[in-house]
Amino acid sequence: MITVENVHYSYANNVEALKGISLTINDGDFIAIMGQNGAGKTTFIKHFNGLLKPSSGFVRVNGVETTKTSVATLARNVGFVFQNPDNQLFSESVEDEIAFALKNFGFDKETITKRVTWALEFLSLTQYRKTSPFLLSGGERKRVALASVLAWDPETLVLDEPTIGQDYEQKEKLRHFILQLRTKKKTVVMVTHDVEFVAECNPRVILMCNGQIVADGIAKDILTNSKLLEESSIVLPQIAQIFTKLSILGLPSDIIDIDEAENTILTKAKERRLK
Amino acid sequence: MSIFDGLKFRKVSSPIHNIDPRIKFIYVIIIFISAILFHQILPLAILFLMQLPFVFIAKVQKQWLRSLRGAAFIAGFIFVINIVTRLFYNGWPTTTLATLEMVEPALGMTMRFIVLVESFSVFFLTTSPDYLGLALEQSRAPYEFAFAFTTAVRFVPVLAEEAQTIMDAQKARGLELDKGNVLKRIRNYIPILIPLIVSAIRRSLELAEAMESRAWGAVKKRTNLYLLKLHKGDYALIGIIVLVLLVTIYVRLFVFESIPLLSTFF
Repeated sequence: MITVENVHYSYANNVEALKGISLTINDGDFIAIMGQNGAGKTTFIKHFNGLLKPSSGFVRVNGVETTKTSVATLARNVGFVFQNPDNQLFSESVEDEIAFALKNFGFDKETITKRVTWALEFLSLTQYRKTSPFLLSGGERKRVALASVLAWDPETLVLDEPTIGQDYEQKEKLRHFILQLRTKKKTVVMVTHDVEFVAECNPRVILMCNGQIVADGIAKDILTNSKLLEESSIVLPQIAQIFTKLSILGLPSDIIDIDEAENTILTKAKERRLK
Repeated sequence: MSIFDGLKFRKVSSPIHNIDPRIKFIYVIIIFISAILFHQILPLAILFLMQLPFVFIAKVQKQWLRSLRGAAFIAGFIFVINIVTRLFYNGWPTTTLATLEMVEPALGMTMRFIVLVESFSVFFLTTSPDYLGLALEQSRAPYEFAFAFTTAVRFVPVLAEEAQTIMDAQKARGLELDKGNVLKRIRNYIPILIPLIVSAIRRSLELAEAMESRAWGAVKKRTNLYLLKLHKGDYALIGIIVLVLLVTIYVRLFVFESIPLLSTFF
């Protein structure tokens, strides 16, 4: 569980990036943090594993204050996947890259081999086991970065812009993979601009603007609130756009899910036919 | 990465900022040469103090201090290495005099490094990269060279920021930079340096492509919108340069042997 209490954060150049944020993330939560560029999203999530420490206020991970412990200790529980995989890849092979964190955390050799094999399998990277990560494509590099964090099986996974540079198929895989993590009772927090992806995943959505949380609720409520989204420079997901336009036909406008949309339209059509 | 912060140019107006970069560069070179000509603490201390008025007139004390703080680690390293090599050759000193004779040259070497960092820091803090490129071009340096130079200077803060992100990314994977003995600590930096170098190379290739697609180098003979001209402040600095140069040459040639050392007081 991560508790954030009235956190303020200012950078060295006196820019106040976070202006009093309070939030509770429960175990097993699935959260998408959205908001325009410069809203403070990345600054905020960097507090979860102690990379940044609040200028005032508290961040507690499982009851431990982040200012009182090291990043390495916190990282054991909170895995953080950075936006750009090139900021972390350095090993000679994909295998070594994934084993890096495991070695840092002091796992024994046997466990390391087991976990690496599992992570490679899980993200369909097994064929690249001995390949240099620098020879892979952008999307593959991103998966290696993800695998290198998943390998140590942290309780909470923080993803910064996981969908950037991924084709639709990879996004679908990512979505399934997140759902799989949820069945394992893992906490997942992602920062993203990809409104369609959020609509498909249907998480709890937290909307940030100018270093503050402006909305916190289920995806269906927030992603159909056009006034709120406009203030954060986000457009409605396409399905919500269509249903907003179709509301003159008496259809509900708060729909973001394809299946729900299909059902609603079919029911409506049947009603008409019966008349 | 505070050492990079201490070299980052910020646009402020001060008499020092307005001085022609060419003259300022000659001044830095003269300080550089003087610092290398002396190994005694006294002249190096004078060279150190001489820069202070520039720092205060330019109002860059804060950033300047930060660059010194960043250099402190390397300065400490130089000091320790000097002491260790002297211990290795001369053995453990038995008298106060011998201790002083061991410490003084080490201190001198460290001072020399600090003077160099100090003067270069003032130079880069008060000279905009654009101005620097202009100065190079108007000193008849080939344009390609001037461009490469300004680009390099301009990318220092970008790289510093990137290095910070890379450090964060590796820390998030359990890397502890200041854990272990000296060798282990140096090895800890490999996961930082490799991504940094790779991304710098990748960035430079991208930059080259972007420039070529915007017709870089299409015109053989370039002209400049702004021209550098010497003003009052520039002549004043030229005066100071000549003075420093004369004093340095005089002291070096005629009174070098009689410069007091710490050990002569015992």
